[in-house]
Amino acid sequence: MPETLYSIAAIAVVALVTWSLRATPFILFGSRPLPDLMRYLGKALPPAIMTVLVIYCLRNVSFAHFPFGIPEIAACTLVALLHIVKKNMYLSIIAGTVCYMVLVRVL
Amino acid sequence: MQELRFALKSTIPIFFTYLFIGIAFGILTVDAGYGVLLSVASAFFIFAGSMQLVMIPMMTSGASLATLALMTFFINARHIFYGISFVERFRKMGWRGVYMILTLTDETYSVLCSIQYEPGLDENRATFYIALLNHLYWIFGCLVGACVGRLLPFDMTGIDFSATAFFLVVVINQWRQYRTKLPFLTAATCALGYYLLLGKDYFLIPTLLTCLLALLALRKPIEAKEGRENA
Repeated sequence: MPETLYSIAAIAVVALVTWSLRATPFILFGSRPLPDLMRYLGKALPPAIMTVLVIYCLRNVSFAHFPFGIPEIAACTLVALLHIVKKNMYLSIIAGTVCYMVLVRVL
Repeated sequence: MQELRFALKSTIPIFFTYLFIGIAFGILTVDAGYGVLLSVASAFFIFAGSMQLVMIPMMTSGASLATLALMTFFINARHIFYGISFVERFRKMGWRGVYMILTLTDETYSVLCSIQYEPGLDENRATFYIALLNHLYWIFGCLVGACVGRLLPFDMTGIDFSATAFFLVVVINQWRQYRTKLPFLTAATCALGYYLLLGKDYFLIPTLLTCLLALLALRKPIEAKEGRENA
């Protein structure tokens, strides 16, 4: 059945490209002692990448149209404030998500 | 099973995120006319949420394998940057290290970025369980969505915000851990600049590349603050 074959090939291609991307740093530096520069990047990159990921998650917010990103701004502010004050990851995430789910329904 | 308990505790937020997005993927797959098997096989082998969601409409329109490969490259290119911080750690983990490399998603990466191991824990084992649990949550979500997604009586719109909330919590934890704030400021400036310049669909990869170059240029001031053996 050609359609089944196409599905299998599609999954295989997407999986192989994804795996290759994930393995790239290990293929480049896997078996040699890690250069100092890479060790530095390993430490300096994560805060940059996580900051970019937060912004990436919010990329579809439209500030020009109703509700002007209010659910996202309010929920993110709540997460940040709670986490700065209470330092409890679960509380921050649950409260922020509930706040967001309520706002997207009410607004 | 102290390590498993620790891994469960560290991945609870991911459970909800993956369950919901997995269900969304399962529903999409079945609606497009594919079976449960395709949903679960994608979850098991690919394990990359946004690419799986893009793959289904591409498959129904009969996209060529080359097009699929190119699309996967652009959507998942950010994963190249994730492994850089874990080359030495995963190398020590043997076959578990290979599994860690192939399943290093946004979410697993962010858990590992902010992790504080409890004393007395086998860290390699705990790290492996974190990746394994996340993978299982994802497969479970895709399975549930494909089997009973349309029958679920409640509307879960918005629960995917838990991923954003989790990433934000990780950034705040890192902000406390790092004495230098340069990586955060560089990233925010690049991301917002490219977002305004290129738009929401194209800003990610240029942002990450520019961050990489900027951090290389800022090595001296950052190492001066963080200390070299830590940096």
